[in-house]
Amino acid sequence: MIVLSPLRKFTYPITAECINPDVFQGKEISEIAKLPVFEGNKPKTLSDLFKVEKDNLDTPTITINGDVSEVRRIGIGMKKGEIIINGNVGMHLGEKMMGEKITVNGNASQWAGCSMKKGTIEIHGNAGDYLASPYRGSTDGMKGGKIVVDGDVGADSGCYLQGGLIKIKGNNTGQFLGFHMSKGTIHVEKNASTRLGANMTGGKIIVSGTLEELMPSFTIDTVKAKVKVDETESAAGPFYVFLGDLAEKGTGKIFASKANNPQLKSYEKYL
Amino acid sequence: MTEVIIKNGFVFDPINGVKGENMDISIKNGKIVQKVTHNAKVIDATGLTVMPGGVDIHTHIAGGEVNTGRMIRPEDHVKDTVSKTAMTRSGTGYSIPSTFVTGYRYSQMGYTTVMNPSMAPLEAKHTHEELNDIPLVDKATYPLVGDWWFVLEYLRKGDLEECARHVAWMMDITKGYAIKIVNPGGLESWGFGRNVHSIDDQVPNFCITPREIMVGLAKVNEMLNLPHSIHLHTNNLGLPGNYSTTLETMKALEKVPYNGKPVAHITHLQFSSFGGDGWGNFKSAAEEISSYINAHNHLTFDMGQIIFTDTTTMTADGPFEFTLYQLSGHKWVNSDVETETSGGIIPFQYKKNNAVNATQWSIGLELALLIKDPWKMMMTTDHPNAGPFFSYPRILAWLTSKNARMATLKNCNKKAQKKSLLPSIDREITLYELAIMTRAAQAKALGLKHKGHLGVGADADVAIFNINPETTDIARKYKTARKAFKNAAYTIKDGQIVVKDGEVVGHADGRTMWLNVKTAEPCRIDEEMKSKFHQYWTVDYDNYPVSDHYVKVKDPITIKASV
Repeated sequence: MIVLSPLRKFTYPITAECINPDVFQGKEISEIAKLPVFEGNKPKTLSDLFKVEKDNLDTPTITINGDVSEVRRIGIGMKKGEIIINGNVGMHLGEKMMGEKITVNGNASQWAGCSMKKGTIEIHGNAGDYLASPYRGSTDGMKGGKIVVDGDVGADSGCYLQGGLIKIKGNNTGQFLGFHMSKGTIHVEKNASTRLGANMTGGKIIVSGTLEELMPSFTIDTVKAKVKVDETESAAGPFYVFLGDLAEKGTGKIFASKANNPQLKSYEKYL
Repeated sequence: MTEVIIKNGFVFDPINGVKGENMDISIKNGKIVQKVTHNAKVIDATGLTVMPGGVDIHTHIAGGEVNTGRMIRPEDHVKDTVSKTAMTRSGTGYSIPSTFVTGYRYSQMGYTTVMNPSMAPLEAKHTHEELNDIPLVDKATYPLVGDWWFVLEYLRKGDLEECARHVAWMMDITKGYAIKIVNPGGLESWGFGRNVHSIDDQVPNFCITPREIMVGLAKVNEMLNLPHSIHLHTNNLGLPGNYSTTLETMKALEKVPYNGKPVAHITHLQFSSFGGDGWGNFKSAAEEISSYINAHNHLTFDMGQIIFTDTTTMTADGPFEFTLYQLSGHKWVNSDVETETSGGIIPFQYKKNNAVNATQWSIGLELALLIKDPWKMMMTTDHPNAGPFFSYPRILAWLTSKNARMATLKNCNKKAQKKSLLPSIDREITLYELAIMTRAAQAKALGLKHKGHLGVGADADVAIFNINPETTDIARKYKTARKAFKNAAYTIKDGQIVVKDGEVVGHADGRTMWLNVKTAEPCRIDEEMKSKFHQYWTVDYDNYPVSDHYVKVKDPITIKASV
């Protein structure tokens, strides 16, 4: 197991694609120390910025102790092993991730789990904007795996979702959660903000708390007592079930808790 | 006084009838000469193939559409970034490369002349600013005049002479090279949300038909003695069953007097050769189209070959882009360029497992192989509409090797495989024919007398490829050939080595060519015309022309018109 500790507080953005168990696998500690990173536009090595240590456990795990909120692209495309970050982490964490697990004991910045395919990301703090969303302009959204956020998430999260599960346990979400999603599940355990599910064509969004706004392009379908989140878990309702986004001829579903959304009662007359 | 001698290469120079003979090519002051002194720099081309620099007759590399395409596709750039080197500037690539990368990549494939085929006259200044920034290649651009209001009015009145003078004036003020016509009549109709569906439909408000526009402008082209013919994108392009429109168009153009020089160039023919009557029973009409072409000589064509990739479609054919939007639901840019043309942009992914896309791929190759005369059919992808230009080496491999195309075909959609004519076609294009399709025929069709050949007096634009035609059978070793065409061993631009072993090692700005057409009388520019500009354009007449200082390296070509 490799342990990285920042040598100082970083002021410039650091691009460190090499912090990835697949890259570290089979390398001596001296080789790992020499891996290239960029600080701003200056090429550096990993040991210029981090104390690199190895403990006696022989697992493909990377632990980062300290604040790495300026360090970007950690665990990009990782397939095997685990990354544990004890602190805040920067942009593009676990982008295009293919397997296993990343745990953040702190906050994650924008584009965590961008276009991920498999594996699990657990964020025990808040997540920034564009959680699990693709790059600007791209339609290549998250295809599978699971993201659990204990805190809040920023705007435009879960855009172009094509599979997998996002669980949000914090009190708030940003706007445009699940924008243009076509498959997969988003479970908001508390409250959801405006423009929820805009342009969605498939998949489901479950809101167990209050829904701030329902887009006018959604129509009520039915009321359900409970809804399946994944194979092992279901959310207890009852839920109003809305279909949409009709502007995209979509068949996505928004499940909004009946008890926490009395403002949606007027929809019942259309049932 | 720079002198270069390329020694002992296998030279393929179709315009001068040289078929792979061992020859020396001498260069002095940027031109091919008879001989040079013994001080000349020697390039040892023993065992290498030497061809004239490549010429691309149709590639969207500059202008309003291209730049808007760049703006809406950040995801296209992020997957293909290019770092700077000591010699080159950084940029982004893929389907809509930045200007510098466009120049570098063309040059790396041995191309030295490229033509930007579509420029709304209103966007001429923008287009020239971008062309100025494309290094290492000579370039020119074709203004869209097929739906230009004045032209439509003159043609309706039947005043071909005044129309010709007006077009001559257009070439000068836009710094253009040829008459481009896109979906004649359809673009004007698109301003009213409509389209024309055959070459005899009426264009709203103008009492004129696409047939009259095409034939009229082809005659105007001859009256002006322009070096290229009219450059035509047919009606109903990209719609199933459009081959009948294409046949009618080709027959209509038989009416234009033919004196040995083609009367029209029909571009990206693949998109105009669709059979069937809907997307369900979509099929190839390559046989019908190619048998007509084999029996007639008044036209030239280019392929518009599909590449299976994620690309960006962009054309002045606004109504066609709307059809693509309805099919794909992707982000769509739609525009109506005032009184001149329309435009549309949509990202598009051509997929092997899609029956229509796979059939389109097959159509392009069927046409290229079934049309017997390589001087008639040139190799393009209509970059970036059917695929980015740096995929050319893959097309060359498909053309030269049956194994290469069968290897791709067997991964295609099963329905498309069954319909494809490719298994029945054994023709494999030779290196000599390849030199025709990629350089000689294009230069000839464009009327570029100093390009596309290696005769004495020609521009010293030379491409050298790492292929030994005596030891390498490109039909068997198509992967070797593909690699050789991707990274030229040398590219020489105006006598200067700009690429060596696929790396850019030199800099040249590249000239911008345009036509300076001398008519006996000047074009009528009266108060009525100026008031129309004032009334209908956002730009007044006085601010409209592109003045010479916009063009960085000027290469005007003076033409004497017969009107």
